[in-house]
Amino acid sequence: MPKVQLVDVAHARSGDKGDTANVGVAVYDPRDWELVRGALTPERVREHFGPLVKGEVERFELPNLHALNFLLHGALGGGGTVSLMTDAQGKVLSTALLRMELEVPAEVAERVRGRGRVPPGFDPGVAVDG
Amino acid sequence: MDQTEAMGRMIRIGSGQGFWGDDLEAPVRQVEEGPLDYLMLDYLAEVTMSIMQKQRQRDPEAGFARDFPPLMERIFARCIEQGIRVVTNAGGVNPPGCGEALVEAGRAAGVGGRARIGVVTGDDLMDRLDALIEGGHELRHMETGEPLAAIRERVQSANAYIGAAPIVRALEEGADVIVTGRSTDTALTYAPMMHEFGWDADDHDRIAQGVVAGHINECGAQASGGNALVDWWTVPAMEQVGFPVIEAHEDGSFVVTKHPGSGGRVTRAIVTEQLLYEMGDPREYITPDVVADFTSLALDEVGPDRVRVSGVRGSARTDFLKVSIAYADGYKAVGTLVYAWPDAAAKARAAERILRARLDRLGLAFDEIRVELVGWDSTHGHLAGPPPPDLPEVQLRIGVRSGDRGAVERFTREIAPLVLTGPPSVTGFAGGRPRVQEIMAFWPALLRRDEVEPHLNVRILEV
Repeated sequence: MPKVQLVDVAHARSGDKGDTANVGVAVYDPRDWELVRGALTPERVREHFGPLVKGEVERFELPNLHALNFLLHGALGGGGTVSLMTDAQGKVLSTALLRMELEVPAEVAERVRGRGRVPPGFDPGVAVDG
Repeated sequence: MDQTEAMGRMIRIGSGQGFWGDDLEAPVRQVEEGPLDYLMLDYLAEVTMSIMQKQRQRDPEAGFARDFPPLMERIFARCIEQGIRVVTNAGGVNPPGCGEALVEAGRAAGVGGRARIGVVTGDDLMDRLDALIEGGHELRHMETGEPLAAIRERVQSANAYIGAAPIVRALEEGADVIVTGRSTDTALTYAPMMHEFGWDADDHDRIAQGVVAGHINECGAQASGGNALVDWWTVPAMEQVGFPVIEAHEDGSFVVTKHPGSGGRVTRAIVTEQLLYEMGDPREYITPDVVADFTSLALDEVGPDRVRVSGVRGSARTDFLKVSIAYADGYKAVGTLVYAWPDAAAKARAAERILRARLDRLGLAFDEIRVELVGWDSTHGHLAGPPPPDLPEVQLRIGVRSGDRGAVERFTREIAPLVLTGPPSVTGFAGGRPRVQEIMAFWPALLRRDEVEPHLNVRILEV
């Protein structure tokens, strides 16, 4: 099966509580919910982060939002004020998760590839219209 | 009866600040560019309380969000004239000091004799800490289980997270501006709903609905297009982003929107991202007033930049309040240098090795030394893979932490020498020596609510 990255099918936001980071992941298209729900087991997420997460990974489901929430314990170098990390509050840990590779059916790969990235030719110097 | 009637009366609660340091113009735009009944301003985070505590140690009149009184000076008259009431936790570790500064701001703004300020106190547990510990409250760390006694002498501040009750009381007493200390971020939004709609304390579902509204409002523009990953490149006019406005109905349901003509965007996906921010167990979002179930809510796009939230279920509050304790936990410093192509990453790594060896030779002990290559691995770590040989440049960022201030102090003098005594093509040291920072660590604990609530007090100041 072809591979895509999680960034192609989901968006995410992360935050902190002490030394624990949370990463919330929501799919763009409800059609991909079961796929993401099945692929992102706590074990798989734990393995993906490797040494970036010292403790356990907990997972919670929000089917109403087609979203998952992960708690990454011991991910912030001691937390907010203690941490020496640039990302001491885990603000962009969400994007590290979005690097994860997923095997998906060909028609899904075709549909989602590039979804989460700026389109070719995007010029950040030009204002967008509402 | 149509749906609007069933939903009951509506009030608008706008968000004006998502943290201390947020867009200074946002609250001004909120009160000037569209209708509003309440303006909520969240200034506090775990980190903020300890910063304010440090400031109060240097100056007993400080310890609150200094930006707030000058902001009120700009908008006070309009708020009074239009009946917009302001609810904020800008008081930080010194709500009375903030209240005094607000009286001055009100007079300068010309609202003397026609404005009342409600000051909420009693969340500050610092003076009661020993009595509480002697009374058997161990204030164990919520994650490690260690009792507070282990670090008691290093505690700098201790505040209970308090709920809506004192804010509601201040609103009942006619306060136009309410300043609290460590109120929960969400209470700043749902307290006005409880006041306006007369919800009972056991009306769990409706209060839980208010909690969700509060969670959406508490981070400012993060719910209206700011810092939202979903299609970020298509979000218009972020230079004048409209902060969220909650149109709250008597039945608890509400619509998230923003003022017409403002920048930013409110969609189901953007609201979803904010709902997930700082989320723990979504079935049990614990607040001082209710436990909300975020898996029960429904989001519906009901118009352009309009997302309706309904169906939230809540259950009874717990007997405990969370306590935020800050304690001194050593020192840290972070130094940086920039290395240029060719072989930028290799030069930075070699500099790291040399610096570590020098720190060793000096016999300096650190609890942690952390090295990041900014521009390569500082945010994604090993997931970034090995740096490509043609990386144009990289910033070497080295941080150290120690209980020994002297060791950290000496570290700050070891960065600059690398410019002439280490790998070549190095620059970016214009900022001088790194600063030694005292670390204020965060100690979360639980305390029975009946140890806090009798101490909560509302004082009304006439401007």
